[in-house]
Amino acid sequence: MTTISDEPSGKVSLWYDPRVRSMVSQVILIGLIAWGFYALVTNTIHNLERLKIASGFDFLGTNAGFTLIQSLIEYDQTATYGRAFMVGLLNTFYVAIIGIVLATILGFLVGVARLSKNWVISRVATVYVEVLRNIPLLLQIIIWYKILLLLAPGKREFGNILGIGNFNITGLWTPKFIAQDGFWVTGIAIVIAIALAWMVARWASKRQQATGQQFPSFWAGLAIVIGLPLLVFFATGSPGIVEHPEFVSEGSMLRRGFKPGVGFVFIPEFLALLFALVLYTATFIAEIVRAGILAVDHGQTEAAGALGLRRGKILRLVVIPQAMRVIIPPLTSQYLNLTKNSSLAMAIGYPDVMGAGGIVLNQSGQAVEIIIMIMVVYLTFSLVTSVFMNWYNAKMSLVER
Amino acid sequence: MKKTLLALGLGTAMSVAAAAAATAGTLADVKAKGHVQCGVSQGLPGFSNADAKGNWAGLDVDICRGMAAAIFGDATKVKYTPLSSKERFTALQSGEIDVLSRNTTWTATRDTALGLNFAGVNYYDGQGFMVRKSLGVTSALQLGGAAVCTNTGTTTELNVADYFRANNMKFEVVAFEKSDEVVGAYDKGRCDVYTTDASGLYAQRLKLTNAKDHIVLPEIISKEPLGPVVRQGDDQWFNLVRWTLNAMINAEEMGITSANVESMLTSKNPAVLRLVGKEGSFGENLGVGNDWAYNIIKQVGNYGESFERNVGPKTPLGIARGVNALWSKGGIMYAPPIR
Ligand SMILES: N[C@@H](CCC(=O)N[C@@H](CS)C(=O)NCC(=O)O)C(=O)O
Repeated sequence: MTTISDEPSGKVSLWYDPRVRSMVSQVILIGLIAWGFYALVTNTIHNLERLKIASGFDFLGTNAGFTLIQSLIEYDQTATYGRAFMVGLLNTFYVAIIGIVLATILGFLVGVARLSKNWVISRVATVYVEVLRNIPLLLQIIIWYKILLLLAPGKREFGNILGIGNFNITGLWTPKFIAQDGFWVTGIAIVIAIALAWMVARWASKRQQATGQQFPSFWAGLAIVIGLPLLVFFATGSPGIVEHPEFVSEGSMLRRGFKPGVGFVFIPEFLALLFALVLYTATFIAEIVRAGILAVDHGQTEAAGALGLRRGKILRLVVIPQAMRVIIPPLTSQYLNLTKNSSLAMAIGYPDVMGAGGIVLNQSGQAVEIIIMIMVVYLTFSLVTSVFMNWYNAKMSLVER
Repeated sequence: MKKTLLALGLGTAMSVAAAAAATAGTLADVKAKGHVQCGVSQGLPGFSNADAKGNWAGLDVDICRGMAAAIFGDATKVKYTPLSSKERFTALQSGEIDVLSRNTTWTATRDTALGLNFAGVNYYDGQGFMVRKSLGVTSALQLGGAAVCTNTGTTTELNVADYFRANNMKFEVVAFEKSDEVVGAYDKGRCDVYTTDASGLYAQRLKLTNAKDHIVLPEIISKEPLGPVVRQGDDQWFNLVRWTLNAMINAEEMGITSANVESMLTSKNPAVLRLVGKEGSFGENLGVGNDWAYNIIKQVGNYGESFERNVGPKTPLGIARGVNALWSKGGIMYAPPIR
């Protein structure tokens, strides 16, 4: 046996051929995985039958019977389990999207502030990052919720946050825009305006590269994006109204307070979750931004300075674009974290996909199906994120000079 | 490398196969491990609640203690798993607990689609509403427009939606998984109304900052027969739970208490002798000793004793027997005979 490998001839045993070996081990591995998966599925089905637990996805069409505190689509107790799940999914998107936007803004500000030459500003930023990053998120969510409930005026009074809206324990009430017949023209105008602004920016940068002449493309774009839809809106006869929240202050006690369904409301469960997610995630984004900026060679700044660029322009045109290459990949994974962390919402009764899905699971008893659905949702989030990251990395390596 | 992978794969497959193999039966498993694993609430005074030392007590806890007394002759051989209303069924289905005794309503869905069996009813309940006195509300029919706090994963959240819809009233439900969160949110004024089983209202009211500022409205909007639950497909275990409860009810009917059960061993009444195990082999038929009911009564007491000790008028909950009185005393508590 041992002599085979010592044979001087060029003939190598198949067993020691690296190509064959890797083929064989891959086939075995895939076979094992497939077998394991098969065993898992058949066993689960068998066990569900043995335990006499109903299975299959038919239940999604049956009547749910419970209500949810927040739904972005039409939903009440007469809707189906499937729709209840959708409501939860949309609630997850809702808090995740707003959370990502706010956490990014705050994170960038704090990240830059930590590098500030101003001692007080950089200290405050450091303390904020160090403290909030180290308190468990679940605790922060619960604390924010308790604080909101404690500080907010009762249901039959309200306070005001300048310019944003009125609030009490039922939430933050703001005016709501209601589109009417014919608003679709304005909708199209918005799309066209964005496309136009993008084209102007392309044209401006091409021209600058060719002739060196500058064009205020940002301001021009802003003017187009705001101006055009407004113009169209008024030209089509203002097809939309703004509905203000209504506060009832007399009559029977139960009727007093903000009139349900009039105006727009951010419920306290949503606000507490949002605050906690934003403040927590922003600390990580701040660190990423700080590291990204520090990663840009100081020589770049000096060279830009030597060319006569002012500080603001150096940051905007030289440092940030290079830092972005370092910042974006970990930033996307923070976005994913924020989305996944939003599932802690259950603790304060915000019906996200975990919460609403959990109620469906409990009322219908179809645990395996619901868990599969929730897993697919989070897996999709993760895959989309990593596809984006791969795309971004590929793009960045192309423009590398 | 390949060897480890292979071993790993085989190991996984084998553990999956092992999990699939049916167990010998819950009673045998329980005897082997030496205790009953009992699923209870996360703290509902009077029904299942732990004191500062971690000792559990309550009407629901007494079912588990009774079972331990029947099986081991020792009511203390119980381990408790506190569960939220949302977690409870999965815990039972997966075998994490042997029996669920946690103010759980017997419904058709739970009895069929969830693969569970209700072994009886140890408390006939119904859903009620609690409001602040300052609202000036005297009937649930005046609750239109109210925000209602309750638990998720309960019959409660379904009933409340039904009730408001049937009576054409607007409402909003704020639902939480844990009762402490529900009570906390109601206490801070997030909701106008707190709704749950009437027994739960009495119990949770003790947790409010100012219990006197709240009233329970007269309407009872549902039937909530609460009882112990087991998995389907294990009749022996099901029987044991069912007859533990029946023994406690029968004992009350015959006037056998923890104090006098000793003297009942020499009773002249054959029905009594059968219950305390002096005649017949009822314990053997259940898979335990013939002194099973004697031990239950001696160590836990009869149903009436358990009721008075945990939720009755002399306890902080102060609940009257009402429908939970024996059938012979105007209630509907009724157990089949032991013969
Ligand atoms: N009986 C109802 C409701 C049971 C329920 O969860 N009640 C709450 C409120 S009384 C509770 O048990 N809370 C105690 C806990 O969460 O531990 C059901 O079976 O769905």
